[in-house]
Amino acid sequence: MSATIALQHGSLERYETPSTREPQWIKVLLIGIALTFFTVFLLFPLVAVFVEAFRKGWGTYLAALSSHDALAAIRLTLLTAAIAVPLNLFFGISAAWAIAKFEFPGKRLLITLIDLPFSVSPVISGLIYVLLFGAQGWFGEWFAAHDIKILFAVPGIVLATIFVTFPFVARELIPLMEAQGSEEEEAAVVLGASGWQVFWHTTLPNIKWGLLYGVILCNARAMGEFGAVSVVSGHIRGMTNTMPLHVEILYNEYNYAAAFAVASLLALLAIVTLGLKTLVERQSHKQKTESLALENAS
Amino acid sequence: MAIRKRFSPLPGFGLSLGYTIFYLALIVLIPLSAVGAKTIGMGWEAFWAAVSNPRVVASYELSFGASLLAAAVNVVFGLIFAWVLVRYRFPGKGLVDALVDLPFALPTAVAGIALATIYAENGPIGSLLKPYGIEVAYNPNGVLLALIFIGLPFVVRTVQPVLADLEKEVEEAAAGLGASRWQTFVKVILPHVLPALLTGFAMAFARAVGEYGSVIFIAGNVPMVSEITPLMIITKLEQYDYAGATAVASVMLIFSFVLLLIINGLQGWMQNRYSKGA
Repeated sequence: MSATIALQHGSLERYETPSTREPQWIKVLLIGIALTFFTVFLLFPLVAVFVEAFRKGWGTYLAALSSHDALAAIRLTLLTAAIAVPLNLFFGISAAWAIAKFEFPGKRLLITLIDLPFSVSPVISGLIYVLLFGAQGWFGEWFAAHDIKILFAVPGIVLATIFVTFPFVARELIPLMEAQGSEEEEAAVVLGASGWQVFWHTTLPNIKWGLLYGVILCNARAMGEFGAVSVVSGHIRGMTNTMPLHVEILYNEYNYAAAFAVASLLALLAIVTLGLKTLVERQSHKQKTESLALENAS
Repeated sequence: MAIRKRFSPLPGFGLSLGYTIFYLALIVLIPLSAVGAKTIGMGWEAFWAAVSNPRVVASYELSFGASLLAAAVNVVFGLIFAWVLVRYRFPGKGLVDALVDLPFALPTAVAGIALATIYAENGPIGSLLKPYGIEVAYNPNGVLLALIFIGLPFVVRTVQPVLADLEKEVEEAAAGLGASRWQTFVKVILPHVLPALLTGFAMAFARAVGEYGSVIFIAGNVPMVSEITPLMIITKLEQYDYAGATAVASVMLIFSFVLLLIINGLQGWMQNRYSKGA
């Protein structure tokens, strides 16, 4: 997806010669179709969230957000993301270092396996933890005997979230670090840098935008995951409800204003995510053109 | 230590690869293998009874049918989106480009309740369609609509960079040889973006089949009519039919893995194709 950056900054003029241009009416038609589709499918749902949230005024909105259950849901969502994102960040860096900097057999297979959680339905991502930690599960009895609750409790929610957000950082970093090669790192090692110094001073500055991008996407999914978390949560209000689950409960109780009030926070998160993403893409594009310019100059 | 690093002076190979495999096994491989183990443990007859139940079969038909249709719709509109974003200048283009990824960023439950509210018969769009006898929400149309929403960015984002990389000279050459604009599109541009279109189609399809959150609010979830397969898994779990849920899940998993292999193959084709500079 990072390849899309170039478009925004590339010039359009190169398509403007008469032989490679469409008739004006086709151009207008295509833009019209795209804008209509955009409005109906993307803009409307986003706007609707905020319209519905404020339909009954600020008072109802604030009351919905400051209710005990809503606050508990917000806290649990933040806690879940605060555990899942750093773990997957650390894994992503580790996987990208092994895969991008070294040659070993089975590398392609490893990359495919890392991507696996993306092709598993969220519902199945939750189910697997029911099978492991449920009453009849592999580890269910052992944990029950030791009085540790995984399923229908916070640990299960965190595990399912880690699973669904597992590939985000790794899949952003692997192609990026593969493209950059390891010459700079090797030079640093030859000059006597320790492994940690190499990573901190040589690798990290090169990958910081890709890293940030991966973390942003990982966080958005961690906070917004619904299907997987729904299966393992047990839906205990004020205890094991994340924000998306709280939205579902309120909506099914026909408490639309409150449901959309909580949903508006998640929609805001999505908007911030997309904004940051655009910003990061711009920065990484800038970094790329600058390093290209440097290479050309030398 | 069977695997040794080859000729690299860099440190940390054993540690980083070791941790990667450990964490992968712990979080992904061991939990996923539980589905396989449970399925094998339940015996063929119980498995077949669970996966061939008429209500489950109806859910496959809806899930796979609506997903195929949604992915096809996304190919058409995704190509138009990618085209206007790469080639034209128009007001609001920056906003459109940024919001194409909204289905990735917006939590599925939020998308679900928003779509259900808009397209319900008293909603802003649903009420406009109602006089024409078109009902979108709470029937299979709603499933299709939600799946179109969720799949759009896959096609746009795979096709967009490929379209941007197409050299203008190729099109000029085609035009110079007397091709009309339409002929150039069909015989030059379309073959060039075909691998990307197919990849986008397969990714949108794969995502749609497993999608849950954005669908269930608008689907109505009527047995035999508008229940998707992931919902069948949830329904069985709620009845404590863990074996039945796992059997249906294993059918979906096998399908997902086959699609994953196809997508990997398509991406390999794309890489070959585009690195050669078609």
